[in-house]
Amino acid sequence: MSDTLLETRGLRAAHGQLLAVRDMDFSIKRGEIVALIGANGAGKTTLLRCLSGVHPVADGQVLLHDRDVTALEAHQRVQRGLVMVPEGRRLFGDMSVRENLRVAGDHGRKGEWTLQKVLDALPALVSIIDRPAAALSGGQRQAAAIGRALMTNPDVLLLDEISLGLSPIAVDEVYRNLETLRQTGSTSMLLVEQDLSRAMAFADRILCLREGRIVLQGLANTLSREAVTQAYFGMETVPHLESKV
Amino acid sequence: MIEALISGLLLGGFYAILAAGLSMMFGVMKIINLAHGDLAILGAYGVIALTTRTEMSPWLSLCIVLPVMALLGVLLQRWLFARTLRAGILLPLLVTFGLGAVLQNGLYGVFGSEAQSLSNSLGDLAWENWQLPGGIIVGKLPVITFAIAVLVLTGLQFMLSFTKLGRSIRAASSDAEAAALCGMDAHRVHQAAAAIAVVLAGLAGTLLAMQATVSPYGGPTLLIQAFEAVVIGGIGSLWGTLIGGIILGIAQSMGALWDPQGFQLAGHLLFFVVLGARLWRQHRHQIGRPSLSTLFKLRLKKVRRA
Repeated sequence: MSDTLLETRGLRAAHGQLLAVRDMDFSIKRGEIVALIGANGAGKTTLLRCLSGVHPVADGQVLLHDRDVTALEAHQRVQRGLVMVPEGRRLFGDMSVRENLRVAGDHGRKGEWTLQKVLDALPALVSIIDRPAAALSGGQRQAAAIGRALMTNPDVLLLDEISLGLSPIAVDEVYRNLETLRQTGSTSMLLVEQDLSRAMAFADRILCLREGRIVLQGLANTLSREAVTQAYFGMETVPHLESKV
Repeated sequence: MIEALISGLLLGGFYAILAAGLSMMFGVMKIINLAHGDLAILGAYGVIALTTRTEMSPWLSLCIVLPVMALLGVLLQRWLFARTLRAGILLPLLVTFGLGAVLQNGLYGVFGSEAQSLSNSLGDLAWENWQLPGGIIVGKLPVITFAIAVLVLTGLQFMLSFTKLGRSIRAASSDAEAAALCGMDAHRVHQAAAAIAVVLAGLAGTLLAMQATVSPYGGPTLLIQAFEAVVIGGIGSLWGTLIGGIILGIAQSMGALWDPQGFQLAGHLLFFVVLGARLWRQHRHQIGRPSLSTLFKLRLKKVRRA
């Protein structure tokens, strides 16, 4: 059995006339954590939406466990272990955290992640479990969204803009939760992160996107900040920008 | 006067059942089903046809017709509504308008234009009543209708709050894409919601046919009344729908006291007042001004301090 969980081959996606993802080829191995970085409009969110099945693929293939899932709808991909935590968390606001988790548990795959195990892994949810999702803080929402995704027992977790709009303390909390998940080793992650320092510190591998193409990829601990900065902005390194990443 | 109040209150039960279906369709699928009233009439005609041809009890006929209505709801959602939804909000309006016209003319073609009723098949129940102190007379059938409404709404509320299907319906109505990302097949959930909505329409139509007459072209009037009850009670709340229905029923009964033509007119006037108040409140909210209730509270505080 191949060690590759998720793979794209020549993936293309568009917003109307604009090609947002161009000939994308990459793969994610079992237990691997990959950070997707790039400036606004680079195609990160579109790529994740294509992988999860909520945005149409113009051309190319998405393979999960070596099987072509390109034609499958989002809910069918979840059944096969490919789950996205969307940008903005998208919790069901009128429902409690418990109900949000149960919806995912009702429809997702059966597996090791149960309500109790999710609460053990994300202890911050325990005290807010019966609160309406709309009443949560940003960090709590993100934890609940991650918990909801885990309830579907994913093999690959796609996390879009996980720290967007969160306070530094809340971001720390989110990354502590993700670190707990990493320890379990059961789930691969592809995360979109604007904060380069966080991305390089947390991920095993970095994929840098610009104008819908992968312009740089490599192991996080082998890439230099200068190279990442160049790829990120698409220009020669500028000293004052370099100091920020 | 008190009799009119009670009569309006009981009428609210009928409106609540009718409006709950319309509200569910809009809440879950975001479809304003302009054929909702015609589906109610279709259900009523189904029960009338079965009752008159087999001479079975209307209640038993209802038990047979409602599952057929549920199936019709599933088929409509699968083959019609789901396809139109992909084209934006205008197409479902046009398609349900067209469906309503097809149902009206279909019923006219099969049953003719003559108004029909189930009251003859109900026996004594059609006119039996209770005499309350003070000479107030309350019909048994309106009370049964109201009790059915409370039972149906309680059942729906229980289903929405405590069952897997209910959670799915609420999640899909809140955010269909996020629901799909939880592994939910939104198509199936929409079909279930459509089945419930059409069953509620059929039930309401039958209850109407038990107390009054129905005719093939009566659907649009029912649609307007359901729409008014939904707007008065607030979209998305089952108990709000019941309250909206009751308020509408009481307004109509009071209007009828003033003038026989005032029955419909009072309901429409109340609807416009509530709609106007909501729009005005929304406008004040958008321009950053406090609502009237907030202003009233502030004024009250001032008076108390003084």
